[in-house]
Amino acid sequence: MRRLTLPLWLISGFLYAFMYAPIVVVIVFSFNSARHGGPWMGFTTEWYAKLLDSPDKITATNNTVILAVVSTIVSTVLGTMLGYGMSRYRFPGKRMFSWLMYIPVVIPDIVMAVAMLSFYALLRDWLGLFQLGMTTMIIAHITFQIPFVAIVVRSRMVGMDPAIEEAAHDLGASTWQTFWNVTFPLMIPGVLAGAMLAITLSLDDFVVSFFTTGPGATTLPILIYSSVKRGITPDINALSTLIVLASVAGVIGATLLQRPHRQAGGG
Amino acid sequence: MASNSTAIEVEHLVRRFGDIEALSDVSVTIRKGEFFSLLGPSGCGKTTLLRIIGGLDIPDGGVVRIGGVDAREIVAHKRPVNTVFQSYALFPHMNVSDNIAFGLRMKKVPKPEIQERVKRVMNLVEITSLGDRKPAQLSGGQKQRVALARAVVNEPQVLLLDEPLGALDLKLRKQLQVELLSLQRRLGITFVYVTHDQEEALVMSDRIAVMRAGKIVQMGESESLYEHPQTRYVSQFLGSCNILDATVKQRGTTDAIVDTPAGQLRVEYGLNPPNVAKSDKFTLAIRPEKVTLCGIAEGSGENRIKVRVEELLYVGSETHYLLRAGPQKLTAQAMNVKVGSQGFDIGQEAVAYLPAAGLLLLDD
Repeated sequence: MRRLTLPLWLISGFLYAFMYAPIVVVIVFSFNSARHGGPWMGFTTEWYAKLLDSPDKITATNNTVILAVVSTIVSTVLGTMLGYGMSRYRFPGKRMFSWLMYIPVVIPDIVMAVAMLSFYALLRDWLGLFQLGMTTMIIAHITFQIPFVAIVVRSRMVGMDPAIEEAAHDLGASTWQTFWNVTFPLMIPGVLAGAMLAITLSLDDFVVSFFTTGPGATTLPILIYSSVKRGITPDINALSTLIVLASVAGVIGATLLQRPHRQAGGG
Repeated sequence: MASNSTAIEVEHLVRRFGDIEALSDVSVTIRKGEFFSLLGPSGCGKTTLLRIIGGLDIPDGGVVRIGGVDAREIVAHKRPVNTVFQSYALFPHMNVSDNIAFGLRMKKVPKPEIQERVKRVMNLVEITSLGDRKPAQLSGGQKQRVALARAVVNEPQVLLLDEPLGALDLKLRKQLQVELLSLQRRLGITFVYVTHDQEEALVMSDRIAVMRAGKIVQMGESESLYEHPQTRYVSQFLGSCNILDATVKQRGTTDAIVDTPAGQLRVEYGLNPPNVAKSDKFTLAIRPEKVTLCGIAEGSGENRIKVRVEELLYVGSETHYLLRAGPQKLTAQAMNVKVGSQGFDIGQEAVAYLPAAGLLLLDD
């Protein structure tokens, strides 16, 4: 390890300021008693109290959590199956399919959103189903989450010695027993990391949600966007601060979750 | 056909990977209770053969019979064989006891019996105190013992071992060679052992099959394989060998006089007269330790060649002499019986004695 020199200290200090200054501003102003931004008028927690009295914000929070949790559960199951299949089976066109897996990752959100919107419009015409709302939004989120989960799980599988599964077979385990007793426990860190990524993507998604949502299914990012159009109000700062807090808690939780697995998983 | 003394029969086995034939028409019979080694350089097909016997790979042609039963009729994970993997392949999320118990749990053996058998086998390989450790907390030698215990606890008819000592340092390897051998003798299980280490194969095996490019080139008991290699390849893969180009000058019933670049030699081939006639060219071989180096005074007589010592390699218990007789290079090895100098120095003239019975006629 090398010691940090003064210029390095300054550069790192600047970088951290660059990353965190905007967030600090949001947090500080969430405690400012001024009604319309501007100068510091004194400390207050009024805006946090006001959040609790605001049913539309509470509904939006509920929607966001339901959307994130449901889409993450479904996409983690499907993405894990995809990642496992891509790493453990041989089939014609495998290279093309693994290439296709990356397309939803690199495609711009807006394209994905417009594509989903037109796709749903088409289905509505044909089947009369898929009215825009929570369901369509959940399906859209699952669509862009799956490849992220699959890629993380597959990279975990690639790092696993194939002889470990062969050993299970050799010791009399059927394919099913091998998967549940050996493969899956070793995949768990990858599955959790994939799920973590998926839930983060869902929580802060604006573009896809905005295009695929319908009446009564407003999420927090959409709500914040529409409020901010009329100017930034202090209660939005308070809401944002709470979201930052929840994210930090999530990151700490994920780190704690992964710790015992790192030791047991061996890598 | 399968008799009671046969553990494994392999007939006309073929395995291709793309254009490469990893196994081409391999047939071998492995007897019950023997320590059988597959020896060859990497890529010769020995691991592929082992994996097919263990049901981890499927051949493109040919038959494997285990205890007289066609292996295709036994589901891969129900075969009465177990494998010790080169990388050990221990389950990293289970402790040592659970690793060892895995096979028995899969077979739904009652819990008390599992505990009893796991305990017994842990005693057998001397890892009694390691039950609660995770594989990541074990040394290489300990992992090796756990891998062995995990296989042996299932009491397989045949144990397949894929270079099990390959990752260990020399001293530990030698120690485990002895332990493995005594374990095999005590359990009476047939061992099929894959290695690229010729010394390991010689030390441990009842019989060895030497493989090259997907084929078994020679098979036999350790001693007969070492003393009577049939080809240049086997002679040099199993130990080292001096090779001389020879021409038959005079052929007798049990011996022949041949011309070599080092001079005229008499070759005794005993009861197996080779298929050579007068003026035929062939390859003659002799093991370095069969070559005796003596003083220049003992210079005349049969199979004695004047040589010049070009290099000495002192390896502790013995010395290797690199010799030259005209255009022919020879190597001799001698135990360092005397204390201090063995009496030969670089540049010195000496006489090499190549005993007629130690000279081998090779097929290629």
